[in-house]
Amino acid sequence: MPEPAVDKEKRVTQAPLENICSQVRRDIVRMTHGAKSGHPGGSLGCVEFLVALYFDVMQHDPEDWDMNGAGQDLFFLSNGHISPVWYSVLARRGYFPIEELATFRKLDSRLQGHPTTHDGLPGVRMASGSLGQGLSVAIGAALAKKLDKDERLVFSLHGDGELQEGQNWEAAMSAAAHKVDNLIATVDHNGRQIDGDVDEVMPLGDLGAKWRAFGWEVLEMNGNILQEVLDTLQKAIERTGKGKPIVILMRTEMGQGVDFMMGTHAWHGVAPDDEQCERALAQLECTLGDY
Amino acid sequence: MTAFTVRDKKDTRSGFGAGLLQAGKDDPNVVALCADLTGSLKMDAFARAFPERFIQCGVAEANMMGIAAGLTIGGKVPFTGTFANFSTGRVYDQIRQSIAYSGKNVKICASHAGLTLGEDGATHQILEDIGMMRMLPGMTVIVPADHDQTKAATLAIARMNGPVYLRFGRPKWPVFIPEDVPFEIGKAQVLLEGRDVTIVACGHLVWNAIQAAERLLEQGVQAEVINMHTIKPLDVRAVLRSIGRTGCVVTCEEHNRYGGLGEAVAQVLALHAPTPQEFVAVDDRFGESGTPEELLRKYRLDVPDIEEAALKAISRK
Repeated sequence: MPEPAVDKEKRVTQAPLENICSQVRRDIVRMTHGAKSGHPGGSLGCVEFLVALYFDVMQHDPEDWDMNGAGQDLFFLSNGHISPVWYSVLARRGYFPIEELATFRKLDSRLQGHPTTHDGLPGVRMASGSLGQGLSVAIGAALAKKLDKDERLVFSLHGDGELQEGQNWEAAMSAAAHKVDNLIATVDHNGRQIDGDVDEVMPLGDLGAKWRAFGWEVLEMNGNILQEVLDTLQKAIERTGKGKPIVILMRTEMGQGVDFMMGTHAWHGVAPDDEQCERALAQLECTLGDY
Repeated sequence: MTAFTVRDKKDTRSGFGAGLLQAGKDDPNVVALCADLTGSLKMDAFARAFPERFIQCGVAEANMMGIAAGLTIGGKVPFTGTFANFSTGRVYDQIRQSIAYSGKNVKICASHAGLTLGEDGATHQILEDIGMMRMLPGMTVIVPADHDQTKAATLAIARMNGPVYLRFGRPKWPVFIPEDVPFEIGKAQVLLEGRDVTIVACGHLVWNAIQAAERLLEQGVQAEVINMHTIKPLDVRAVLRSIGRTGCVVTCEEHNRYGGLGEAVAQVLALHAPTPQEFVAVDDRFGESGTPEELLRKYRLDVPDIEEAALKAISRK
């Protein structure tokens, strides 16, 4: 597939973050509706976090994107199934044309069901989807930055159910051992996974105590309050470079912003039908222009 | 027929260690990761020379593969080191998603492969790794034949871009590949020319194939011996050129008969030139404890087994 030219006209880097959040939510609903598949629940819950990261917190330049990302902050999505929110934020931030969101999960698209580097989509540095691998990768990228004396940071996002994968704890141990203090990992602690509540499927126990016991600096925030997300991420950045990796336990509501998708795990991996799509969009009135 | 000079007996893993040290000197982007087997993998010299570029991962191979993948994003050239079993079967999904599918320039270096690991037994004697790695799109698979070739292969993969599985072993083994035979990824080496049967081998069994060829010659049978050090991409032209002369083939590998070199060659033959083929490989079994010599004998990967297979292949022409 030929690489589409970047549509500079539709970039929305200047709109208030709240408005961008609303548009990203519209994109998530429309993308999963259009694909008749995908993962709207977790995507909706992480909108504020990813908008804050890409439109405010991270030092990065879509115009200057390359795989190595030298001199730029990097982000890794470990829970790759929430690709709709990431694709929307990347497109709205200017990494690729917004129109391309319409190809989500379709044949020959760069916007695969789960993110991939395979098709050269700008902004994506690692395939994810098979869970539990992203923290290791983020640690590797952070170690490379240290070797290169590159002072920029590495951010990553993980699901809470995903923490049931043992590789995360191998990674957590190694990040502390190697003093990977240029890494800020965030856990989307929405308490739900495919089969039900995390506490019922496989309880995580005291997550803060677990991470602290592994040698991490632990912060907590409500991931659906934009200002709290911005403030906590700044606080996390201030704590980098002090010998410890940092994790933010981010409380979110799966399905946030669409009332009938909230309070349940049912919308983990189910797309809205025509009527549900209309009802959802009616709750997300603020738009910067749908794709 | 060229007589082969055995210059020394050395383990192929030491060839890796020497190659890694040299690669580290040649390229400051080369980094090494190990999962608590630094001595066994002969990575100590690299770790001493470049402590800042050596990452001890502990007994956590899945994490090691992910960290290696991440390091490539900063332009590093990571070499992971552990036993072949823990380099492949234990971490297949990590390699599949974070390295192969993501197209990362990671060099997966695996020692103690196959039966010649010896006394540790079947838990450690992986015989399925070539197959697993061959099946991953974009993965280069290399199984060098002796110490010096393992060193050359280590240096060669440091210079190429893309994921590689480099498989080597534990025991001291003859160093015999002539020094004037250059190592080139993807280019098979015709070590002996012959007209009656082609023997295609990889790894430790290349030396066994040479010995079998010498015994066959005593019976008037001229065997051509090809060192197929690169299993993927396979040197198809070398196979076809040889069987065009000999009309039959024996494949030899320290691996299950399913998934490895033998099947790779069989596919070439089925597609281009159906030819009688015999397989010297482990017959879909797990290994066991024993000395390398005892195991090669019991599992029928020894010199007489190759000789017998060659005569059988010739009889099927």
